Amino acid sequence: MAVTPASPATFPAPPVSPAPSAAPPMFLREFAARMLRYRRTWRGTVVLSVANPLLFLLAIGAGLGRLVDPASLNGIDYLEFFAPGMLAAAAMQNAFVESSFAVYSSLRRDRAYLVAAATPLEPRDILAGHLLFIAFRVASSALAFAVVMVAFGAVRSPWVVLTVPAALLTGMAFAAPLAAWTVTVGEFGRLNTVFRFVMMPMYLFAGTFFDLATLPEWLRPVAYVLPLWHGVDLCRTLSLGTATLGTSLVHVGYLVVLTAAGVVAALFTYRRHIHL
Amino acid sequence: MTRDGTAAPLIQARGLRKTYPAKVRGGEGFQAVAGIDFHVDRGEAFGFLGPNGAGKSSTMRMLGCVSPPTGGDLRILGMDPRRDGRRIRARLGVVPQDDVLDPDLSVRENLLMYGIYFGLPRRVVRERAGRLLDFAQLEDKAEEKLGSLSGGMRRRLTIARSLINEPDILLLDEPTTGLDPQARHVLWDRLFRLKQQGVTLLLTTHYMDEAEQLCDRLVVMDKGLIADEGSPQELIQRHSTREVLELRFPIEEHEQAAGKLSALVRADVGERVEVLPDRVLVYTPDGEATLAVVTAAQMVPVTALVRRSTLEDVFLRLAGRSLTD
Repeated sequence: MAVTPASPATFPAPPVSPAPSAAPPMFLREFAARMLRYRRTWRGTVVLSVANPLLFLLAIGAGLGRLVDPASLNGIDYLEFFAPGMLAAAAMQNAFVESSFAVYSSLRRDRAYLVAAATPLEPRDILAGHLLFIAFRVASSALAFAVVMVAFGAVRSPWVVLTVPAALLTGMAFAAPLAAWTVTVGEFGRLNTVFRFVMMPMYLFAGTFFDLATLPEWLRPVAYVLPLWHGVDLCRTLSLGTATLGTSLVHVGYLVVLTAAGVVAALFTYRRHIHL
Repeated sequence: MTRDGTAAPLIQARGLRKTYPAKVRGGEGFQAVAGIDFHVDRGEAFGFLGPNGAGKSSTMRMLGCVSPPTGGDLRILGMDPRRDGRRIRARLGVVPQDDVLDPDLSVRENLLMYGIYFGLPRRVVRERAGRLLDFAQLEDKAEEKLGSLSGGMRRRLTIARSLINEPDILLLDEPTTGLDPQARHVLWDRLFRLKQQGVTLLLTTHYMDEAEQLCDRLVVMDKGLIADEGSPQELIQRHSTREVLELRFPIEEHEQAAGKLSALVRADVGERVEVLPDRVLVYTPDGEATLAVVTAAQMVPVTALVRRSTLEDVFLRLAGRSLTD
């Protein structure tokens, strides 16, 4: 091993860092490192992020759904109604796992963040690279799910192709704020608390399984505020072909604002907690 | 060399301070480093010796540009860590206190992944990874997962990884803590080779033997401050005698014996007595001669040991307590 003894002439460093143009941008390095690791671990993730939602699709959509009279859903098959909702809910769940447990571990268990922080990467590069990786995970799982939806004949409109970016946006609206918060969390148990008391109720009551119109009138405004409902309704109307431009823009706008707010908060918390 | 031809130190710290913000709102922050000055020249092995909580790791983190100083001035490779963190880190190698390796990857892949962070071309990383595995004596383990590695091997892999960018400066935070004696010697040998190749080494340790083995120069830290600075030999000469006579007495006679010894020692030749809870240390130029005096005075220690002074004695003198407190 020959570590080149730096000649005295190389110090001090030249005033402008002559970064070779071929070197990839910093945030892509974090992404590439995560992808290298993912190549060794992806098998384990497929069960949770793709197989589980598909089992739900089968059991509830195709199984339990037969008991639902299409007349009660304006002539829509329950499978057609439920599948796009499940797509959005699965995107939320995948985003949750990747931005809570994985972020916590990156700072406090396997400490991948601290490894990256010792290299030229700044906390914001680490954040951007990790969010890009989460986006990849959410989008690839959503794509797999959407393909199965089409194969099951559970879609009514070619607009279904837009459900994948819609699911991705739904996922990121959770991932960014959650990552911003998780990086500040010292105690693992608090993540489970959020899962049980925030994620699960939202999973059940944001319209994934039933039409919100069936809720009592006083409860509906609460459901309409839930971010997941916007993702569910966006995906569902696209898949059924009933999407209108105005409503879709409201959904997209709401989710984009959440994502952006999360990113801004995370830029701050990542710096605070990685560069102590 | 700078343009005017004078050698600038590789690292220069003046009045360097680190205060961590309070955990609770309105609480008081914690001052880990309370204003320290030091410099490190190219090719040196420089140590921070001190007990846990002395501020060594905080200093290391500031040097690693992952912890902004809260006061004073720090220049590394002629740059300011507050502004040029990226460029400084590109030329540092960091060996953290715990081995933070990826358990899902093989030994070789751990090196390849680290190379990605430095934006090195694949071909370059592959070639360097081969050489580094050789250097770390891990060629046989290259394709194995981390689980099969011993503590010493993991530490050597962490060091190999830190060299992937061929750094000018290597920062090692307690490099041999938790390793068995044999693994420590293997590691010291590797570090010594690096030094001979011109890598500047900065390390923290609370082992005086490690500091004596590896460091050309060191600072003794206590409570966020530097108590003294010099080569191990200089520090021992300045703060201790050539030899130490360690005496143990039966517990009930301990205090009385200590008092008697204090009357016996000859301060004119630099002798002095240090009373520890379990034994009495007599600092003296000639331990055997002192022991003869003690025996002649009808004192009967349970055990008597003559040894050379170490940095532990220096620390005891500087901080009034032992390093391992």
